[in-house]
Amino acid sequence: MARLAWLIPLFPLASYAVLIFRGRALGDRAPFVAIGAMALSALVAWGVFVEQVLGAESFVWRAAWAVGGQRVITVGYTVDHLSAITVAMITLVGGLIFVYSVGYMGGDPYTPRFFAFLSLFCAGMLTMVLANSFLLMLIGWEVIGLCSYLLIGFYFRRRSANMAQMKAFLTTRVGDTLMLIGIMALFWQFGTVDYHAVFEAVQRGAKEAAAVVRLGPWEVPLVTLTALLVFGGPIGKSGQFPLHVWLPDAMEGPTPVSALIHAATMVAAGVYLVGRAYPLFFYTPHHEALTVVAWVGTVTALLAALMAVAQDDIKRILAYSTISQLGFMMAGLGVLGYTAGLFHLLTHAFFKALLFLAAGSVIHAVHTNNIKEMGGLWRPMPVTFGTFLAGFLALAGVFPFSGFWSKDEILLEAYHHEPAVYTVLTAAAFLTALYMSRLVAYAFFGPYRGPAHPEPDPWLPEDYARAGLYRPHGYHGSAEPHESPPVMTVPLVVLALLAFGAGFVAVPGTGPEGGSWIHHFLKFKGFEAAGIQAPSFSWPLALRSLGVVLAGMAVAWVVYGLEWVRSDQVRAWAGPAYGFLRNRMYIDTLYGWVFVRGGLALAAGLWWFDRHVVDGLVNLVGWTTVLTSRLHRLVDTYVVDGLVNLVGWATRGLGLLLQPLQTGRAYNYILVAAAGLAVLVVVSLWRL
Amino acid sequence: MIGLAHYLVLSSLLFGLGLFGVLTRRNAVAILMGIELMLNAANVNFVAFTRFVDPTFVRGHIAALVVITLAACEAVVGLALVINAYRHLETVNVDQVDLLKG
Amino acid sequence: MNAEALAFYTLAAMVLAGGGLVVLSRNLVHAAVSLVPTLLGVAGLYVLLHAEFVTAIQILIYVGAITVLILFVILLTEGATGLRVRQRNEQVPLAFVVCGALVLLLWGVLLRVPWGPPAGPMPAYNPGAVGRSFLLPYVLAFEVISLVILASLVGAIVIARREE
Repeated sequence: MARLAWLIPLFPLASYAVLIFRGRALGDRAPFVAIGAMALSALVAWGVFVEQVLGAESFVWRAAWAVGGQRVITVGYTVDHLSAITVAMITLVGGLIFVYSVGYMGGDPYTPRFFAFLSLFCAGMLTMVLANSFLLMLIGWEVIGLCSYLLIGFYFRRRSANMAQMKAFLTTRVGDTLMLIGIMALFWQFGTVDYHAVFEAVQRGAKEAAAVVRLGPWEVPLVTLTALLVFGGPIGKSGQFPLHVWLPDAMEGPTPVSALIHAATMVAAGVYLVGRAYPLFFYTPHHEALTVVAWVGTVTALLAALMAVAQDDIKRILAYSTISQLGFMMAGLGVLGYTAGLFHLLTHAFFKALLFLAAGSVIHAVHTNNIKEMGGLWRPMPVTFGTFLAGFLALAGVFPFSGFWSKDEILLEAYHHEPAVYTVLTAAAFLTALYMSRLVAYAFFGPYRGPAHPEPDPWLPEDYARAGLYRPHGYHGSAEPHESPPVMTVPLVVLALLAFGAGFVAVPGTGPEGGSWIHHFLKFKGFEAAGIQAPSFSWPLALRSLGVVLAGMAVAWVVYGLEWVRSDQVRAWAGPAYGFLRNRMYIDTLYGWVFVRGGLALAAGLWWFDRHVVDGLVNLVGWTTVLTSRLHRLVDTYVVDGLVNLVGWATRGLGLLLQPLQTGRAYNYILVAAAGLAVLVVVSLWRL
Repeated sequence: MIGLAHYLVLSSLLFGLGLFGVLTRRNAVAILMGIELMLNAANVNFVAFTRFVDPTFVRGHIAALVVITLAACEAVVGLALVINAYRHLETVNVDQVDLLKG
Repeated sequence: MNAEALAFYTLAAMVLAGGGLVVLSRNLVHAAVSLVPTLLGVAGLYVLLHAEFVTAIQILIYVGAITVLILFVILLTEGATGLRVRQRNEQVPLAFVVCGALVLLLWGVLLRVPWGPPAGPMPAYNPGAVGRSFLLPYVLAFEVISLVILASLVGAIVIARREE
């Protein structure tokens, strides 16, 4: 089965090719091409995964791609525990999102294009996961970036979507560029970009004195610098502080895209890469690259959770929660919790996809993103409510939902290896419970606060009008919230089951020697050699984090559910802090000023320079040229023309003189040539 | 003992014959035949020099083969021209093909 | 006179006699047919010079293809090549003088040089040597000549095609 793994990214790619060329002709059948491809892909992926679970050896296939002297760049794929479980997750979640999209995008005239991009998105992600080298990974990585750009700006007539797609692309590009430099540095150091060879070289290098690069006053070990450059990519793609700004804006895309970006593909890529390149980070002196990863993740987790508390847009809250959870994953990987971080990636994929799809279902029903205009939705939308609740409990980390197990793993690792991280992450967990409870309380409980006659979306593209559709994604003509069709709710239910149950693989005792299965399946081999023990599950810690979560939910319930304390009082009391958080800590504003305005100002300055200095010079040159040419004309008329005429007359005279020699018969000329040759021979003989 | 000089003398004679043909014939096909003789003379020189002076890479043979190929190309195009000229002008004598003469 | 000399002089006689006929014959068909012994003689000289591959090509292309082509054209243009058409132009004496002078002068040059004996051993397997040489140091010449063949093919077809 592992030998068939190359098929996994190929099916979605083929579907992309079909849809991009024939999508219009396929029309309503277009989604089935994409879903069929994804199903085949999932079939192979789960085959590979099951085989790995049953104990198959990891498998690497590679072929030479480019050869330059001693250095060979290979292309191929890797099947091991990590990639197998990740592709299984991606194809499953991706497939469910595809199915859901059929309902969500129903009636949209651009559905084929949408599914084409989704397919390419998944193909890129699967390539990235299965790649055997940094270079092939980079290719998949860039495809993901491109598709995120295309999909975030799917409603391309909406200006905010255009801005968001550019923001996403440019922000991630900052990280990608760093990563590209890092990969070049790897190639320069080791002469290869193969994972296996690079990691072996790094491991070997860890035993020797590290080469040092001098950066200003600091001396940084080369391998650490390389690892951190490579980490630049995950910072951008996985929305880590300070490059997280694009992720909330990515909500401009259709909701299934948000789900895909936030769960199965884009942001998972960064975390997966850190997991895949774990030896590169681990074998730096004193694991210092991992420490950086841990703290970046921790800071991200806390800041994003804070910002989420003050948002009103349901998708935006979820986006910040994604950033926060990605921070958890990075922190988990950083504090030597290899299993914990990657396990959280998997469970998070399930419950975050679920939350987004359920949020899409809500938006679908009430035609607004603002949670303050919702309320009481549990009654008309029981399935959506139930599944959202499952996702919420999993995200908050309530026993025994999957999020509890994976988040607890991270906290456990942090507690053992980096207590400061543990403290901050606990605060973030508290905030997570708080803002998610707030969201649930606003959206699903209390009275319905929605407008009786919702305004049509201001961005409603004229294409929809042209297609005879007043409103995209299934408008039913009534302002009453209603449950979504089964094509949307069934994926929700499946994901809800996964969000509930996926955590049980981490229950102690499911694996050998009293450990958990996931610890047995996903483990980093370097830990054993370095003598690092994974801490075993401890009930006191678990209860403590559960208590924190319940406290967060209780606080939220007091304020937003029971309204013992009015939320506007809290807001008035918090004052500037609230504004600070609501405006996303002014980070976006700062970037807007420094990079966007700065860039524009630079451009304006350059324009001014161009206009006044360069143009002045050019004009000067122009005037000089005009003057010179006037002078030149005089000379030309009388001197040059005279000479030219003279030459003409002379030529004509000579021609008349030589005309008889021009017989027009080739053999005459050849005779002359032969005679000339004879003369040359005579001359050379004479000189000999 | 046959030395290089023998071959050179022979090839120069053949070259002279070819040149004479080229110079005296009126018919384009015949001129072409003269050119072929000259090319053969040159080829004999190439191969002979390979044998007697420098057999490295048998470069003389390479040159001879290139010349043979070129001769074939030249014959093909030349003869195509002759046929075309004959079709239009009812002659293949080079001194009568003078459309371009002013 | 050893066997090699005997062969050389026989072949030389064949070449020169054939060449003379090619140049002098009034009947163009005879001239074209006389090309055959000339070219075969040259091929024989190649054998003496240990150039077996060139010999084969000489026979295949010159004797087999070019001569036949020339004969075809002569027959196709019968109206212009017939016996009643004058085949010589007016510069025969002058050409004779120039050619004779050129040949004599060439002898003057090449007989002054003290040419040495055969240099070094020839490659054991001549076609192999030619092939290696063509595909290693002279690959550019090889490619260029291939292009020339292609171009002349196309050109010949375009030129000789009967216009509609």
